[in-house]
Amino acid sequence: MTTGTEGETTSGAPVPGASGGSSARRQRGGAPEIRFPARAQYAEVVTALRDDGFETCADLCGVDYLTHPGRTLPDGVAPERFEVVVNLLSLSQVRRVRVRVQVPADDAEVPTLFDLYPGTEAMEREAYDLFGIVFTGHPDMTRILLPEDWEGHPLRKDYGVGRVPVQFKAAPGPR
Amino acid sequence: MTDDAPSTDDAPHLDADIPAPVSGEGYDEPSSVGTSRGLVIETSEGAQELFPRTQTQPDELRREAGAVLRLPEGVVVNADDIDIEQTDDETMIINMGPQHPSTHGVLRLMIELDGETVLRTKPIIGYLHTGMEKTAEELTYVQGSTNVTRMDYLSPLHNELVLSLAVEELLGIEMPARADWIRMLLVELNRVSSHLMWMATNGMDHASTSMMIYGFREREMILAFFEKTTGLRMNHNFIRPGGTAADLPDGWEDDVTVICDTVMPRLDEYDELLTGQPLFRRRSEGVGNLSAEEALALSLTGPLLRSTGVPWDLRRTMPYLRYDEVEFDVIVGTFGDNFDRYSIRLNEIRESIRIIRQVVDKMPAGDYRVQDKKVTPPPRGRIDESMEALIHHFKVFTEGFRVPEGEVYVAVESPRGELGCYLVSDGSPKPYRMHIRGPSFVNLQALPLMMRGGLLADAVVVCSSVDPVMGEVDR
Repeated sequence: MTTGTEGETTSGAPVPGASGGSSARRQRGGAPEIRFPARAQYAEVVTALRDDGFETCADLCGVDYLTHPGRTLPDGVAPERFEVVVNLLSLSQVRRVRVRVQVPADDAEVPTLFDLYPGTEAMEREAYDLFGIVFTGHPDMTRILLPEDWEGHPLRKDYGVGRVPVQFKAAPGPR
Repeated sequence: MTDDAPSTDDAPHLDADIPAPVSGEGYDEPSSVGTSRGLVIETSEGAQELFPRTQTQPDELRREAGAVLRLPEGVVVNADDIDIEQTDDETMIINMGPQHPSTHGVLRLMIELDGETVLRTKPIIGYLHTGMEKTAEELTYVQGSTNVTRMDYLSPLHNELVLSLAVEELLGIEMPARADWIRMLLVELNRVSSHLMWMATNGMDHASTSMMIYGFREREMILAFFEKTTGLRMNHNFIRPGGTAADLPDGWEDDVTVICDTVMPRLDEYDELLTGQPLFRRRSEGVGNLSAEEALALSLTGPLLRSTGVPWDLRRTMPYLRYDEVEFDVIVGTFGDNFDRYSIRLNEIRESIRIIRQVVDKMPAGDYRVQDKKVTPPPRGRIDESMEALIHHFKVFTEGFRVPEGEVYVAVESPRGELGCYLVSDGSPKPYRMHIRGPSFVNLQALPLMMRGGLLADAVVVCSSVDPVMGEVDR
């Protein structure tokens, strides 16, 4: 075990590539790098990105495009109902990349990234819980935020908001 | 564990890359005590083996690093499945929380114990789930900040900031300089108050009630300033898309200077109270260790990541607002233990105050919000004079403003780590999808790893050093 820690090292400017220059609009400047792999290539693309130096998976979430089908996608990408959006972060190169993979509604399954980034464990469970997207190969594909016996996946656009009658609201109507 | 019959499932662990014992006998012969194979200790019940970490199978490491005890509730785990350093078959699963003063909210931990040693931990969350991401789809962008500010209730201004930055990014509008600097001032003050709150509760978890009182005392000064500025002590709804809700109150420089001048010497008092105190150090040094690789694999950010020695702070590495125009240091640790995380947070308060002093010096004159009448309401005085102003005012607060179609991910450094907002717009006045990447939510995944092999008494302080805010975890 460690003994004698002196933790408070201060370091001036240790990370290379910190974007200098105050003129150009900070951090957000520049078009974000986005990849649109097909579902079959999803795991390969992410593996390649990880080998490319994207050490950590910052975020993973689902989107349900049921009521917004006409979104702009690059040529050759067929829109599907669901999308899984993965934000990878490279600390060494100080950049982010976004991976958007289309997931059809009738077969809402994508391979898990757990083997590549164990930190996606909770995020994938959250996407499963709220969207019903199954991540195959995940060690524990169960609900994380909602109770185990909850019906439906609330962030889907066709989820019945307000259908459950609550006290003091006689007639639940559409918002 | 008995050793009369070398169990077959132990063999693959050993055969992998350890040279076979010269004696030619089974491994578990007492003769192998003290060989380089690992720690084999003779006890009254036979040899007990503690294999070196290199012996752990990759599957096992993964499970340990990511999914420890990710099993349905109530299933008692077969002790042979996960057997690295377990000594006997008698394990016990206990619950800590969701109603427990030390879990900082409604966090529930299932802890598997072997005596007093924690084997596996499963954080169970969701007790505070209020569906904020769903709610956000029903609210306009104007109303959005009042929703997100309730997530991480200890640093509400960061939540508002990340949503506002995301909306502004989609709108493609540029903030006036003063708006940026006001935001920086508030956000840094918020970081100080959040870290002070952490110092207080962490002190309490170490049984230092004085620290509890002191932390709250100093935090109160900052909350009083927030109340003066925003009207509320928490859930300010002050940083909004398009700027801030109002300008800073008269005499804000004096208030902020008093806060800085008071907190700085008090930090030295905390140093004296805790840093040099043998009991505190013994309870925090070497407890809850993390390595940089583990932290990166688990997507940890914030003080947890920095405690392992990775100098990653979004304010420095991917500057937003005007962080590239102020001087501050990124505090990093070395060992990734509780003490490092304590030092990091303590010194981040100092750095934040350093930033705040620079903001006071550099605060430019100008507008505190963008003068785009489609985004921000007109000044109150104009409404009486101008029909257009009245219409704009009405439109902003009823329909809201439309945001061009697109999607964006923006991240800021909250006191707990990378707070991200993934925003999808379909061109309507309401977000099509708003996803918040809560740092506490992700950081909680480190708990099983940090607690493993530690004592139950340390579980409380390890949990505290992650600094989870359940409002943000469950959203």
